[in-house]
Amino acid sequence: MPAAAKTGNEAMAEAMRQINPDVVAAYPITPATEIVMIFAQFAADGLVGTEYIPVESEHSAMSACVGAAAAGARVMTGTSSQGLALMYEILPIATALRLPIIMCEVNRALSGPINIHCDHSDTMAARDFGWIQIFSENAQEAYDNTLQAVRISEHSKVKLPSMVTTDGFIISHCMERVEMLGDKEVQDFIGEKKAEVSLLDVTKPVTIGALDLQDYYFEHRRQMAEAMKNVAPVILEVAEEYSKLTGRKYDLIEEYKLADAEIAIVALGSTCGTAKVVIDELREKGIKAGMLKIRVFRPFPAERIAAVLNKIPAIAVMDRSDSLNTQGGPVYTETCAALYNHPKRPKMINYIYGLGGRDVTLDDLRSVFSDLQSIDKKPLFNYLGVRD
Amino acid sequence: MKNKILEIRWHGRGGQGAKTASLLFADAAMALGKYIQAFPEYGPERMGAPVASFNRLSDEPITLHCGITNPSIVLVLDPTLIDSVDVTAGLPEDGTLIINTSLSPQEIREKLNFKQGKVGTVNASLISKETIGREIPNTPMLGALVKVSQFLTIEEIIGDLEKKLKKKFAHKPEVIAGNLAAVKRAFEEVVLG
Repeated sequence: MPAAAKTGNEAMAEAMRQINPDVVAAYPITPATEIVMIFAQFAADGLVGTEYIPVESEHSAMSACVGAAAAGARVMTGTSSQGLALMYEILPIATALRLPIIMCEVNRALSGPINIHCDHSDTMAARDFGWIQIFSENAQEAYDNTLQAVRISEHSKVKLPSMVTTDGFIISHCMERVEMLGDKEVQDFIGEKKAEVSLLDVTKPVTIGALDLQDYYFEHRRQMAEAMKNVAPVILEVAEEYSKLTGRKYDLIEEYKLADAEIAIVALGSTCGTAKVVIDELREKGIKAGMLKIRVFRPFPAERIAAVLNKIPAIAVMDRSDSLNTQGGPVYTETCAALYNHPKRPKMINYIYGLGGRDVTLDDLRSVFSDLQSIDKKPLFNYLGVRD
Repeated sequence: MKNKILEIRWHGRGGQGAKTASLLFADAAMALGKYIQAFPEYGPERMGAPVASFNRLSDEPITLHCGITNPSIVLVLDPTLIDSVDVTAGLPEDGTLIINTSLSPQEIREKLNFKQGKVGTVNASLISKETIGREIPNTPMLGALVKVSQFLTIEEIIGDLEKKLKKKFAHKPEVIAGNLAAVKRAFEEVVLG
């Protein structure tokens, strides 16, 4: 398998090229701009057969994606932060219409104050729209996750849109070694898109997006919940097939040195890579540290998380966004909920960290593990690396 | 584990190619089977404003994704930066500063009041003017970096650059020769003290 030096954005754009979607509609926004800029060049150079629709806003981008996907097309887009926020109105419509749109989302702080750097506030604010959400630790995962998302979203038991995320600048603009599949291998892996209904099929006219009041709205929402329940096994099935192709294994979560861990953190995205270095260091000193990395945040792998974490006495859940709800970030509240009905509940504290691109240093993470060694002295809600 | 990763910081001014140099060096290292990272510092970058760029290089996969605060090598593409930017910030005791200048290592040490580690000086601006015909100090600095870091051999970086330049400048062979000569000359001329 050829290795190439790619930034996270380049890796995602290459994945898009190899997927060769029928339609891409997008509007540029830092730090996701390069993804659609590079892809637009591929389209202009004839390297893909994609209909590239430049639009005047992200609201229009997602609207065009919905229309094209309803016509049966394989559709992709890319965005970030305020761009994702401008799509919020249309995101749940893509879900309700059961359109498997794939979005490359570069995590960036939501304004305000205005900021272009990484945190997860944009993606987390979109967590209840029925989109599958997959977080990537590095450029390799960004590439692999984008390819797998196509298969997951388009699966007949799923038919839900996906967003694959990377951390803004930290991954999107960092050049790393990325192993890529060949173009044909990717095409064979993703297969041809089969749309059950298509607006363009005049022999079978359908109405898509009709008014749905007290009589059926609830049933349709219920169907979406059922579809989301089907996602986890499909993710595992697709990951299994992908690992045969690449040797790289994926799961809903990644357990890093957790088996005998006495202290552990829960995190997602690029911070997990830095945390691995700290954990290795602590292990060398005989401290049993570990990490649970959440790859798939939607659907939330609650049972798996509870099954792994219940054995660990002291846990810190790391949130790169703040719900401003006075009771912890979204990863924390959901992890707590996952364990609430478990007979063995570990002590769990929360850290809000890295907002607006604030660097997360080795010392920051060392301090979290050090806090965990006397967890009873720590408050539930903590901020890491912020000036008081 | 951290000592197995070589961390580098590049200082330049917007437009001088600090980012390109870090990408080129990482790309060459990767072609030789190394694991790499190259990333610029993102701020309000403009032509002429101070910018920084970074590399991590290792024989093993790199999972670190925090900023680089203690690089073992710092390269300075523009000598005027030393008046306004703390280029030696975070350099460890045994760290190396490589600077594009006509001054000697001793003179740079005095100017910066920098007593530790090593200082390498090379007149990359002059070399690039004489070999490439334009002032683009980033290319010769690669030669100086290879000499000081001993991470790649001069033959390896020359071989990789030649391959890439041949693709990019197929119809301008003089550009290729000039760039390669620049790297070789800086490799030979860098003075450590």
